[in-house]
Amino acid sequence: MTNEKILSKLKERFPEAVVDVPELIDFTVAIEPEAVTDVARFLHDECGLDYLALLTAVDRPERFEVVYHLWSVKDRTTAPFVLKVYIEDKENPAVPSVTPVWRGANYQEREAYDLMGIRFEGHPNLKRILLWEGFPGHPLRKDFENRTYTFEELKPTRPTGAEW
Amino acid sequence: MSEEELIEEQLKRNIFLTTVDKVYNWGRKSSMWPVSFGLACCAIEMIAAASARYDMSRFGMEIMRPSPRQADLMIVAGTITHKMAPQVLRIYNQMPEPKYVLAMGNCAISGGPFSSYAVLQGANKILPVDVYVPGCPPRPEALLEGFMKLHDMVMNQSIATVSWYKK
Repeated sequence: MTNEKILSKLKERFPEAVVDVPELIDFTVAIEPEAVTDVARFLHDECGLDYLALLTAVDRPERFEVVYHLWSVKDRTTAPFVLKVYIEDKENPAVPSVTPVWRGANYQEREAYDLMGIRFEGHPNLKRILLWEGFPGHPLRKDFENRTYTFEELKPTRPTGAEW
Repeated sequence: MSEEELIEEQLKRNIFLTTVDKVYNWGRKSSMWPVSFGLACCAIEMIAAASARYDMSRFGMEIMRPSPRQADLMIVAGTITHKMAPQVLRIYNQMPEPKYVLAMGNCAISGGPFSSYAVLQGANKILPVDVYVPGCPPRPEALLEGFMKLHDMVMNQSIATVSWYKK
């Protein structure tokens, strides 16, 4: 099924969830965060998009965005179907996890949580993956002060004990 | 020749007069075993220095012990991230004295090109480094030059003044 057909099917099936279809970018659709599980299940089962290649987050001035690049292995699409989720809440951004639908989202959601601070509800193991629990802040946000740390500064933030 | 002259000649060939320092240091520098601590791209150059063309084995160093308990040189080859820094310190503490540290590459010397939140700006922030080998990555010949400097340093130490006999 080509990306245009997927786009039109999505718009007619979930009209209230679609927030924005940017005209200049091909096959991109933005949806509400509450509709993520339904839309993900729909795209996986009925549109045949079974390969999640990329899951990242963007920090814009007024909102966070979570971007999913979806491909279809069976139909051999030549361009990804891009799904964006606009999160208006900048204090505690949260979105349902798509790990039950696409297994490849597991580590990528952990990376988005680690570096951007977006919580994914329903994720089986939401821990920080590149830094350690207790590291002050989320580095890839725009308001993170980009500086070097010394070993002594980070010493109290490290976990102690057997899990170290 | 008379018997005494024969004996003298044989003695000249087999008896050397030297100092304890020289023999002790010569033994230590000729077979210094590194603990393989390749963290990033400098590890590839360290492996190249250990392979056939730039042989590390002529310095007695081809045995890179995986266990720090059996090593006496730590070649910090690569970027030390903040997540890895406590483990580097742990491995250093497990090495028995006398031990030396060689910081290989710009990342181990001062953080290299990465002045960021995740990178420790140099191995000398947590370890006492003896030799610095600059380069990104340093050529294997540069690493061998670093080894020769380390050997000079070892030869100039005297057992009367070293720290591990003072305890």
